[in-house]
Amino acid sequence: MRYEAVGKKLIGERFDVPDAYTRAGYERDGGYRSLDKLFAMKPEEVIEEVKRSGLRGRGGAGFPAGMKWSFVPKSTDKPKYLCVNADEGEPGTFKDRLILEHDPHALIEGIIICCYAVGIGTAYVYVRGEYDHPIARFQGAVDEAYAAGLLGKNVRGTGRDIDVVVHKGAGAYICGEETGLIESLEGKKGQPRPKPPFPAVVGVFGCPTVVNNVETLAALPWIMNNGGDAYAALGTGKSTGTMLFSISGMVERPGVYETEFGVNLWDFIEKATGGVKDGKKLKAVIPGGSSAPILTADEARAVTLDYESLAAAGTMVGSGAIMVLDEDTCVVKALEVIMRFYAHESCGQCPPCREGTYWLYRLVKRIREGKGRLEDIDLIVSICPDMLGRTVCVLADAAAMPAASYVKKFRHEFEAYVNAEQPPEREIPIGGIDAEWASRL
Amino acid sequence: METAAAQKSTFAFNAENEAKFQALVGKYPTKQAVVLPALWLVIEQQGWVSTDAMDYVARRLEQAPVAVYAVVEFYTMFLTSPPGRHHIQLCHTLTCTMRGCEDLQAQITEETGIGPGEKSEDGLFSFETVECLGSCGTAPMMRMGNRYYENLTREKLARVIRACREERDPAAEDHD
Repeated sequence: MRYEAVGKKLIGERFDVPDAYTRAGYERDGGYRSLDKLFAMKPEEVIEEVKRSGLRGRGGAGFPAGMKWSFVPKSTDKPKYLCVNADEGEPGTFKDRLILEHDPHALIEGIIICCYAVGIGTAYVYVRGEYDHPIARFQGAVDEAYAAGLLGKNVRGTGRDIDVVVHKGAGAYICGEETGLIESLEGKKGQPRPKPPFPAVVGVFGCPTVVNNVETLAALPWIMNNGGDAYAALGTGKSTGTMLFSISGMVERPGVYETEFGVNLWDFIEKATGGVKDGKKLKAVIPGGSSAPILTADEARAVTLDYESLAAAGTMVGSGAIMVLDEDTCVVKALEVIMRFYAHESCGQCPPCREGTYWLYRLVKRIREGKGRLEDIDLIVSICPDMLGRTVCVLADAAAMPAASYVKKFRHEFEAYVNAEQPPEREIPIGGIDAEWASRL
Repeated sequence: METAAAQKSTFAFNAENEAKFQALVGKYPTKQAVVLPALWLVIEQQGWVSTDAMDYVARRLEQAPVAVYAVVEFYTMFLTSPPGRHHIQLCHTLTCTMRGCEDLQAQITEETGIGPGEKSEDGLFSFETVECLGSCGTAPMMRMGNRYYENLTREKLARVIRACREERDPAAEDHD
C-alpha cells in the first residue's frame, strides 16, 4: 500500500521504516518515548493535554477525544474498559490497516496513554475479521509489549495493570458503530443500542467504556511528546493536526496520504495522487467514505479540507475516505452499488433503515436497469427525509444522505436512464461507462 | 446399517483448540463474550460452523443454543455450509466496481463454472461477492484462504485460479 505525506508527517512518521512493526524498530525510531513523561503526569493532566490538542475522533464522527474521555466517571466501583475500533468498514477506508500492519506499537503506545489517563485496566481491540495479516502483525506487537513489561501487571513499575485483548470481528459493517461494536464484543448480534446512556457511563459489560478509533489513539504519542498546543497549532480552526486520507477510485496513484487540515481538497488529491487516471476529466469526489454526500468537480475544487468547511459544503470529513469519480464513471451505477451496500449492512432493528435502505437500492437498481419511471427519481428524494434522525444509529442517515445528494446533483444522469428508449447494452461501468451510451447522456 | 444417532457427528474442540478456548475464557468477564472467539475456533478446526458445533459452543459457554444461532446468522464470515477448498470472496463495493470487479466476476464464473453463492461440484472452489474489505487503494481485490489478492488483473486472476487447479500455492502467483 502506498503511503505519502503532503506536508507534515505525524501519524505516518514510521510507515517507511521497514521494521517499525517490531519493538526494536519502533524504539530505535523514538517509540515508547512518551511513557516517561506520561507516568510523571497526573491522569487528569493527560486528559487536559489531549483536550488542548483538539484531537477529534478519526473513525468518522469527529468527536473531540479528550472530551470523550472526560465523560467517564472518575469514581466508580466498576472496572473501566477501552474498546479500540479497528473494524474499518466504511467503504473507501483503508488507513487503520496501515497502522496495524506497519506501526502497531504506535497504537499500543496510544492505548497505554488512554488507559493511564482514564484509569482503564483492559483494552479490547476489535479488528474486522477479514484483516488476517493486520491481526497477526498487531498480535505480534502485543506479545512483544507484554514481554517487555509495557503491558500486563505493574506496567513499568507504575503499579498499573494494562491488558490488551485482540478480538476478531466476523463481517458486519454495523460493528464499526460504537454501541454495535460493544454488543458484538459481548457476544451478541452487533445491533446498536439507544443512547443515552452513552458508553462512557454504561458501555461494555455494563461498565464505563471509551471507544476510540485506531488512528485517534495512534496520534497520542506525538501529542504527548510535543504537547497539545503544538498539535493544535497544526491544521485550522477546530480541525487540528493531520489526518490520514485513504484516496481511491479513478486516480493515478491510489493510497493513504497524510495532510494537515486546511488545504484545498482537489489540490491535495491532485498533488498526492497525480490527479485523475489516464488524464480523464474529474466528475465528482466523495470526500468522507460512502456515507458522505457527493461533491461535484467544481465543488471539490472550491472546498477546503477540514471538518467545518466540508460541513458547510453539506458533506463531511468522515473517516477520511476520498473516492474520485472520473468523467466515465456513471453516478447512477455508483449509487446503486452504494445502496446495495447499505441494504446489505442494515442490522434490521429499525424499520426506517431496514425498509428504507432496501427500497432505495431497489429504486436505483430499477432505474439503472432501464425500467425506471420519472416518479422513481422523486421517490428516492422523498424517501430520504423519512430515514434521517429516526433510528437508533446513523446507518439510515448514512444511506439517505448520499442518495439525496447524488440525485440532486446528477439528476440528468438518472433522467437519461429513464428517458432512454433502450437501456444500455452493457451494465454500465465496469471501470467506466459504455462509450455509446455515454454519448447519449 | 447406521442409526440416525450414529450418523450425527458430535463436534468437540481438538486438544489445541481446547487449550485456546480455556485461555479465551479467562480474557473476558462474561462467558457470552467468548461466543465469537469460540466460533472462530470452530472455523479454524473445520472451516465452517455446523449446527452441532453451534450447540457445542452454546453448551460450553452456558448459553441458550438460539443465542449462538442468532450470532452465526448475523455475521457474514460464519459460513454455515462447507466452502470449497478455495473460497473466493470478491469485493464488489464502489472502488472495486469503478476499477473493474464486474469483469473479474464474469471471469471467475467463466473459469470455475460457478456464480456468486455457489460451489463447484468437485468441491475445489466456492465463490461469493462481498462488501468492502478495506483494500480500496489496491482495487480490484479478492480474499482467498485468509489472504488478500490486490491490484487484480485478468492475468493475475487467471494465474491464481490455475495454481489452485494444479494444486500449487496460489499466493506464489500474487505478483504483477
